[in-house]
Amino acid sequence: MESKPLIGRPVLRKEGRSKVTGQAKYIDDITMPGMIYGTTVRSSIARGRIKGIHFEGGIPWNEFTIVTSKDIPGENYLALILHDQPFLADEQINHPEEAIVLLAHPDKYLLEEARRCVRIDVEPMPAVFNLEDSLAKKEIIWGNDNIFKSYLVEKGNIDTVWEKADFIVEGEYHTGAQEQLYIENNGMIAVANPKDGVTIWGSMQCPYYVHKGLVPLFELPPEKVRIIQAETGGGFGGKEEYPTMIAGHAALLAWKSGKPVKIMYDRAEDMVATTKRHPARTRHKTAVSKDGKILGMEIEFVIDGGAYATLSSVVLSRGTIHSAGPYFCPHVRIKSTAVATNMPPHGAFRGFGAPQSIFAQERHLDKIAKTLGMTPEEIRRRNFLHKGQTTATGQTIEENVDMDGLLSRAFKLTDYHTKKKLFAQENAKPENKIKKGIGFASFMHGSGFTGSGEKFLASIVGVEATPQGRVRILSASTEIGQGTNTIFAQIAADALHLDYEDIDVVQPDTATVPNSGPTVASRTVMVVGKLVETAALGIKQILIQSGHLQKTHTAQDFKRACKEYIDQLGPLKSFSQYKQPPGINWDDDKYQGDAYGAYAWAVYVAEVSVDTMTYETRVDDFVAVQEVGKVIHPVLAAGQIEGGVAQGIGYAIYEKCVWKDGRMANGQMTNYIMPTAADVPPIRVFFEEVPYAYGPNGAKGIGELPMDGPGPAILNAVEDATGISVNHIPMLPEDLMQAMRGSK
Amino acid sequence: MRAYLPSYEMKPIRNLTEALLLLKDEPGVWRPFAGGTDLMVLLEAGKLAHRKFFNIWGLKELKEVTVTSDHVMLGALTTYGELQEIDVLKKEFPLLCHAAKETGAIAIQNRGTLGGNIANASPAADSPPALLVYEAEVELVSTAGARWVRYLDFHLGYKRTVMGADELISRIRIPRGNAGAFQYYRKVGTRKAQAISKICFAGMGSLKNGVIQDVRIALGSVAPTAIRCSKTEAYLKGKKLDSHILSQARTQIENEVAPIDDIRSTAEFRSTVTGNLLEEFLEKLSTHVELD
Amino acid sequence: MNLNEVSVQFVVNGKKQTVKAAPMLRLLDVLRENIHLTGTKEGCGEGECGACSVLMDGKLVNSCLIPVMQASGCHITTIEGVAGPDQLHAVQQAFLECGGAQCGICTPGMILASKALLEKCPNPSESQIREGLAGNLCRCTGYMKIFDAVKRAGTLS
Repeated sequence: MESKPLIGRPVLRKEGRSKVTGQAKYIDDITMPGMIYGTTVRSSIARGRIKGIHFEGGIPWNEFTIVTSKDIPGENYLALILHDQPFLADEQINHPEEAIVLLAHPDKYLLEEARRCVRIDVEPMPAVFNLEDSLAKKEIIWGNDNIFKSYLVEKGNIDTVWEKADFIVEGEYHTGAQEQLYIENNGMIAVANPKDGVTIWGSMQCPYYVHKGLVPLFELPPEKVRIIQAETGGGFGGKEEYPTMIAGHAALLAWKSGKPVKIMYDRAEDMVATTKRHPARTRHKTAVSKDGKILGMEIEFVIDGGAYATLSSVVLSRGTIHSAGPYFCPHVRIKSTAVATNMPPHGAFRGFGAPQSIFAQERHLDKIAKTLGMTPEEIRRRNFLHKGQTTATGQTIEENVDMDGLLSRAFKLTDYHTKKKLFAQENAKPENKIKKGIGFASFMHGSGFTGSGEKFLASIVGVEATPQGRVRILSASTEIGQGTNTIFAQIAADALHLDYEDIDVVQPDTATVPNSGPTVASRTVMVVGKLVETAALGIKQILIQSGHLQKTHTAQDFKRACKEYIDQLGPLKSFSQYKQPPGINWDDDKYQGDAYGAYAWAVYVAEVSVDTMTYETRVDDFVAVQEVGKVIHPVLAAGQIEGGVAQGIGYAIYEKCVWKDGRMANGQMTNYIMPTAADVPPIRVFFEEVPYAYGPNGAKGIGELPMDGPGPAILNAVEDATGISVNHIPMLPEDLMQAMRGSK
Repeated sequence: MRAYLPSYEMKPIRNLTEALLLLKDEPGVWRPFAGGTDLMVLLEAGKLAHRKFFNIWGLKELKEVTVTSDHVMLGALTTYGELQEIDVLKKEFPLLCHAAKETGAIAIQNRGTLGGNIANASPAADSPPALLVYEAEVELVSTAGARWVRYLDFHLGYKRTVMGADELISRIRIPRGNAGAFQYYRKVGTRKAQAISKICFAGMGSLKNGVIQDVRIALGSVAPTAIRCSKTEAYLKGKKLDSHILSQARTQIENEVAPIDDIRSTAEFRSTVTGNLLEEFLEKLSTHVELD
Repeated sequence: MNLNEVSVQFVVNGKKQTVKAAPMLRLLDVLRENIHLTGTKEGCGEGECGACSVLMDGKLVNSCLIPVMQASGCHITTIEGVAGPDQLHAVQQAFLECGGAQCGICTPGMILASKALLEKCPNPSESQIREGLAGNLCRCTGYMKIFDAVKRAGTLS
């Protein structure tokens, strides 16, 4: 009997039962015989030279395993893009909380006491703490000029446009750092010795990144390094590159001690020492005709990368490409730079540069509208990209994009026009201390790695059948809550006409699964999911070609065929490797061409109340409308948008990183404020589907999309409510008060 | 967990007498440990300097609630959750219930105690402004006996109280008779739950023919301790509210508070919002229907 | 290692437990490490996130803030004690059906908070749900499907 297709249906989460019963094993739930604990001694200053390391305090130091940079068997750098970041600082400190010494001991309480008794003698050096000072080269702290990377994107000839403009509108926009705040802190367990190699278990998004990082650290052949992902309690990008650092630390302690070592961060350490979203500054200068056509855009986009390069060049790339928004403009110049400061390196966080530059673009468009005496709606409608038009990088939009339709639908769902008018009337009454406003953001988000990135990754997925006819999916894509296991199972089951329960998704383990690339960039469903489909179909092809299966088959037929094949011919496996879809042309030098194979398109609307007594902004209602190709799982897809919108609301009005001399001063959950269940508005999610030919069943990526909209939508709404223009996020009540007083 | 656990001790205690004897025999050596919602946070951060504690959680003598015609007496170990269930408090002391409801969230309310909150002496605590408005008194007991102290006099300065090294808070007493008065409580925090306050405003007042008869205003998070704004109260008493009086009162209160810049907020914000909340309180007071 | 250990007796998920531990060792650590019930999680160690929530004599508490001495004589319910012998509790079933769990790390605490809420208030309004869960932080879901799950659990039981 044919089973109904699973794609599009809300099947139960694959590992859901183990999560709701508390059976799921995260890294801190795992112990090993003989396991000891590790901890990290870190710098208390932002920049300086290490003069001495002293072990004090009456601690029985002979019981401890102690590791410094001198103990590193191989290379002391974290292999990522550039090789500038050490696992352990050697002579130079470049940011607060930089790792210097590692300690291990069986007693975790004594271990913590010992950590406090290690004194690092330092000779401080002048440091730089914000991107302005870095750009101004107040001190050269990295390379020759503090610059990790720059891009220049040009389209047409912007210099010819200014004199033709009826209006030239300028603006400057700032976004702050943001902490990923996954509820499970980072942690790793390592077993390591020269004979057997290194095995790591841990909380992570990208096992093969960790693998790549540990190979040169120990100078081991790749097959002697094995990375296994444990159940992971959230990542959001915060566990993309940082886990390599902890894995390296745990492995170094294990290597020296000869025992399994667990390093588990507590919340305070995780907050002050690990990566955050890059702070950014965007400057816009836009030439506009009096009838609202954008004639030219000049954009300057700068991000603060912290002390080491890590992923800043890629964050910069995505932010740059997204900075011009879903609008057609014939003349564009985007100059972007990633600079170094003496803060703990910033890193991946959902959106990866786009939330920063999209905030600026969407605030700026409302400013342009205001300057011209037009509505925010009109300025968008006159400039939306249509099929056949080109983006800032010169990519021709081949898909049936309908931003006008999305905008109209979002307005209908929120009663936008009626409310805008009503709010304006109510706000005019002086007795109303609560001012209400409605605002929106329109944007797009590219799925998968930029340009030739996916080609370079050359991801592989394997599918294997057992003699019982069970199908096992072998991929390095991790489940971190977004639904990888569930969706892969849906895709494979549909491809093979099997039941959902017949599919197993194998735990990502570099000894068992091929390199499917990292679990980032909204690529897991669109790129890797597609490979799951083709690899699964590959099993079917093998069975058909060997004569064990007909083209049309039942689940029973399939299972019987597997058994027969394996009995007769041996293992039944199929691998699929990424091939770039035809027609994608990207020039890495000129930063021109087809930046992404597919874009998701969205309009988000926020309704806010601003209390003029307390300056507090509350989001009362939030509507998210997006076109995503195909919704593989309606509950998971809505869950992604709802969760991303909540993080975006935090980014806009709650989550502030307070810095003191380059160190996060509010590194506790008491003082770093994310929204609780009492704070979030109703978040209403709506999808449209225009299938993308190269995604599984037409699916595009959606994981990061929801991060882009809330910031600008909310601040646009606040301006609608109060008439006050705030151009930085987070916007706390204190900031709104300043802005309101400044305007009096 | 950043504390060296082996260096901490906790003694079990069977009754109040045992606790008081311990405090008498070794004053300053042993400190009481109630619900733990403040002390455990310090312990885990490695910031709990004191090492020797005695466990008073659940001591029945400190959990009694007594209602007389003049007073309500609350045992020091009454939790925020329990406060919200006491009928006479819901009816006559809504500010205390409101404060309890806004403290942390449910799990914190099930463990945090009124006595613990007072003894911890944080200027940002949520209950003190309500206690000040209700003119609460605190009973301190020792082997030498018991004494009542006005809560108004209890805090001497930032985290300094009148408690002797051998004393324990046993009860909090609040006088009844507020029926008909207008009562107002507003906490401005960083978010709607699990938030330390930036400003905490408690007010109570009554009007007769539009003239303010009695008014009490207390604030948290704008000074080293929670404060009663007696100067502003004195200014308002006997006045009929109009925009001029309102604006003068605002100036008074902005001068009575001494807020600071800290990790959560700024002095300017606290001072401005205090004035705004005063305005809101007085406007609501002026439209309140008096009950006889 | 002289830890001034004390012997503490309490009941966890209906089973009597006797533990020898430092009196100020967190109940959270005793549950996870001494009794080997790892379902209760540490998210912050400050009583902010609620990942460590358990029921103590029927009341929701943060086990990271409870010194084990104070659990003496109490009845503790952890996530491992929520399901019945043969089937999931209505709250767990509802979380599964509604998508209330994504990464799952907040889920044990969230389920206990939901259970505590529904026991007090079998048909809660949305605002009662928000208040009941305000001490349990979730970074993945935006809370929407958790609210759905609690409403559904109310109808399932």
